[in-house]
Amino acid sequence: MAKAKYNWPKRGTTSLIGKQQDRVDGLAKATGAAKYSYDINPPNVLLARALGCPHAHCNIKSIDLSAAAKIPGVIKVAAMKKPGDEIRWQGDPIAVVVGETEGAVAEGLKAIKLDYEALPIFVNDEDLAAAEKADRASGGGGNTQLEKEAPEGTDEDKFADQEIERLLKESAAVVEGYYGIDVITHMCLEPHGATCEWEGKQLTAHLSTQNVSGTASQFATPLEITADEVTIHCDYIGGGFGSKFQADTWNVIAAKLAKEIGRPVKLMLDRDTELKTAGCRPSGYIKVRIGADKDGFVNVWDSHHWGTNGSTPGGVGQEVIPYVFNPPNRRRKRTTILTNASPTRAWRAPNHPQGCAMSQTAYDDIAAKLGMDSYDVFLRNIPTDPEDEAKILKHDRYVEEMKIAARLMDWKAKWHAHGKGPAKGSVVSGLGMAIHTWGGGGQAGGCLIRIHPDGGVEVSLGSQDLGTGTRTVINMIAAETFGLPIEGVTVNIGSSKYPRSSASGGSVTVAGVSEATRRGSQDSLRKLCELVGKKLDVDPTTLVASKGRIFVEEKADKGLSWKEACSLLGMTPQEVKGEFQRADDNHLSSSIVGGVQMAEVEVDKDTGLIRMKKFVAVQDMGLIINPRGATSQIYGAVIMGIAAALFEQRIMDPTSGAFLNAEIADYKLARLGDIGEIVVELYQPDSEYERGVVGLGEPPAISPCAAISNAVANALGVRVPVLPMIPSRVLDALKKARTA
Amino acid sequence: MRAFEYAAPTRPTEMLELLADYPDDTAILAGGADLVPLMAKMIVTPRRVVNIMGVAGLGGIMSDSQGVTIGATTTLDELLESRLMADYPAMLQAICGINSDALQATGTIGGELLQRPQCWYFRAGEGLLAGGGRSVAVGDNRYHAIFGNGGPAKFVSPSRVAPALIALSAQARVIGPGPEDESYVPVEALFRTPRDARQSEFVLEPGQVLAQIHLPPAGEAQNATYEIRQGAGPDFPLASAAAAICVVGGIVREVKVVLGQVAPTPWNAYAAEEAMIGQAVTLDTATAAGEAIAAQATPLSHNGYKVQLASVAARRALLAAAGLPTGGFDS
Repeated sequence: MAKAKYNWPKRGTTSLIGKQQDRVDGLAKATGAAKYSYDINPPNVLLARALGCPHAHCNIKSIDLSAAAKIPGVIKVAAMKKPGDEIRWQGDPIAVVVGETEGAVAEGLKAIKLDYEALPIFVNDEDLAAAEKADRASGGGGNTQLEKEAPEGTDEDKFADQEIERLLKESAAVVEGYYGIDVITHMCLEPHGATCEWEGKQLTAHLSTQNVSGTASQFATPLEITADEVTIHCDYIGGGFGSKFQADTWNVIAAKLAKEIGRPVKLMLDRDTELKTAGCRPSGYIKVRIGADKDGFVNVWDSHHWGTNGSTPGGVGQEVIPYVFNPPNRRRKRTTILTNASPTRAWRAPNHPQGCAMSQTAYDDIAAKLGMDSYDVFLRNIPTDPEDEAKILKHDRYVEEMKIAARLMDWKAKWHAHGKGPAKGSVVSGLGMAIHTWGGGGQAGGCLIRIHPDGGVEVSLGSQDLGTGTRTVINMIAAETFGLPIEGVTVNIGSSKYPRSSASGGSVTVAGVSEATRRGSQDSLRKLCELVGKKLDVDPTTLVASKGRIFVEEKADKGLSWKEACSLLGMTPQEVKGEFQRADDNHLSSSIVGGVQMAEVEVDKDTGLIRMKKFVAVQDMGLIINPRGATSQIYGAVIMGIAAALFEQRIMDPTSGAFLNAEIADYKLARLGDIGEIVVELYQPDSEYERGVVGLGEPPAISPCAAISNAVANALGVRVPVLPMIPSRVLDALKKARTA
Repeated sequence: MRAFEYAAPTRPTEMLELLADYPDDTAILAGGADLVPLMAKMIVTPRRVVNIMGVAGLGGIMSDSQGVTIGATTTLDELLESRLMADYPAMLQAICGINSDALQATGTIGGELLQRPQCWYFRAGEGLLAGGGRSVAVGDNRYHAIFGNGGPAKFVSPSRVAPALIALSAQARVIGPGPEDESYVPVEALFRTPRDARQSEFVLEPGQVLAQIHLPPAGEAQNATYEIRQGAGPDFPLASAAAAICVVGGIVREVKVVLGQVAPTPWNAYAAEEAMIGQAVTLDTATAAGEAIAAQATPLSHNGYKVQLASVAARRALLAAAGLPTGGFDS
């Protein structure tokens, strides 16, 4: 057979794929009919809350629960830590109270008495010298690549020193820069938590999770049961962004207490504990020297970056320094800083937004130094080395996307040299850009396609819809394959009892579920066509499904309606498993995307306020199943990036280590009025369609910080070094530039 | 939230009686935008909550030759929609700046004036003065006071409308604790800077209720509020100013400039007023007036930037009051 066993319909022949499709669950979500994990309230449910430790660093001497247990309405109190345990961040859960009402639980939490020994606190991750003095800094690796090899017998480090100094000296422009980006949190609207209920030995955890198929054993092991006795259920999740892959200790305790008490227990973190303990992103600060030739090509990069991963070592990896660009001579050093803060969790495109913000800003400063258009400097530095192209987007694709973005932004007409634009009162405007890359290939997973004799179709898989539109994508693919309208297929996701599917992280979901669903649906249709072929006495391979019928492709009147075809199944449904392995020879999905983003901002020099005027996001993602969903994803990513560039920041008390703004009112995010005009362009020439589906979730969230920082630098002629660019930092940068 | 007694009186005498039973342990509920979150976090744990929204005579907006009288339970939306407020743009601009349909629909003028500070040490349960001011002094005080912060109180007065009301010389009618007790005080006299942990930031005694606000006729006075808000949401401004000016023959004859979000009380910017009086309002004179306030500022370790913001807010409020362009983003 010449045709691949699995394939996508030829472009332009589809009825659903590639068409603007509303979310199939949009109405349910908008009306409240959709039940999020937080909405699950089984009869007789008890409420529970976790108490976060109020101290940022201490040894626990004792946790006295006796007064809490006596509060009317409190059913059970349990410690999550024991004497001798070291607490390393404020908000680390130390106890759980279960009660009949929220009030009883709140009073119970207040009555818990903690005796502790205070330990030294360190939270200032930006201050490298202070971290070294406090013995909180440690080497985190580094490496050097030089065009010239060290001569035989010379000390390599010494040679690198000399070589880098020589290259900098020979550069037409050198920038010595400092850049950074603070820790931010995930701020999921729905906090982490679960409602746990038992039926005999069977546990059902209604868990707010990005990992429906992968969490059962995380409950089972500590509860001393096996994973077959656990069902994870999550129909709708109110945000995860990388922070909800785990069962989490507090959910396991909720399950344990539900068993002991004999009633369902609901434990969702309160906002304070959620922000303090359930997910944040590493910070990154960098000192860099960078040298370029007169055309803006960066020939040498020499950097030292640091930041914190919280109370565990880690932070932004060096592989994203500099980001996307790969100068021929490069030395990078990394230091990790331990702080009394919660360990980080994966945050939408881990490492990339920080790497982009710490390095593409320096490239923009090269443009400023040379008096060049930033666009030309970026263009000049896109890697063309085939070795790089294997890892990142192809050079010509970036160039195309840059052209499109520039047209949509009207870049050339609006461009002015850094700090040289006209002012209106105290308001100046500027342009900035950044580029990014990401993987997004699918992970192994399966699905079950069930065709009922009455024509009903079900697709079942243990995936989850993070709000990205996964449910709609699965529905579109199955309906397209069977020639049915979108309503002709029911999608079942959100239970670990369905065929396993991958966790939603790394932008792997859409490629994975598309592979499994299309494969299963094509196999299922082939099987059904065998019955139809027999009935019509035609070769089943000549049959196609379209517009609610199965018929001979070349002879449309020879066929059956979908219902008639399904009735050939007799009494029992047909079940076919769809299956995808990463090693499969596939034509349905691919990996590696790029993207180009441009920002236009206005800055009030007297107040330091920044307003977004326009933002352009050009994004490729291979074959696009649902352009409306993809566009919406990109809007969300850009808005998240605007928040990180201008507003979001974890603020720690320098002395007590308290997380001061762990409240929705204090943790500032971008609101609708703050985002300006956002223009999204889905880049999908035929070459993209042909490479199949690639994930999109993370990549468009990478570039905004650097693009907006560059736009502010272009407006002011001064770099605001650390993000978020809050008014105090803008005014500080202007003041420093004035006094310099 | 701790369990509490709830009462919803309809008559003023009944209200005052309900407040008198445990005067130190009773909270007044109006819109609830501030009280409810404080109770949810158990920062405030009253034994009794008295809802005054149904009390006769505490709502509504009335006008006569003496000016405009606003009942304390009048919602912010009612003020925005009232034609009687047309001469007081400083008030309307301050309310619009709140940028929240929910807060404007449920929030009352009385509650807006008497809301508790946003200081994150206070809201984390450290008390209003948070260790006699020490937590703020050595901590992150980016949003804290730059004026009047020499004592233990370093929070900022959060009210958005108080600077406008003070600039417009508004009076407050206070009733209670006794059924016949009644007094009139300038709105600015409602506020005080607490000197110790026993004092609150308001002069109202337990059992007293803010009943009405009275605004004198605006007459020839032009007025405006300019807030410096980082974003378009309901976040509090970083600094704000309300200005009321009386210009005769192109020269400022009377002027009031009141700053918000910069001190434990709304802050009279006398230096700006002195600089402005007898001058025509221009970009230069307004800039000089704004900059004049900086001399008295005593910024903390992390809030020096607020001195500039307060200066700019004062300048722009004066320009806006005079009907001139502010030169920055629209407030």
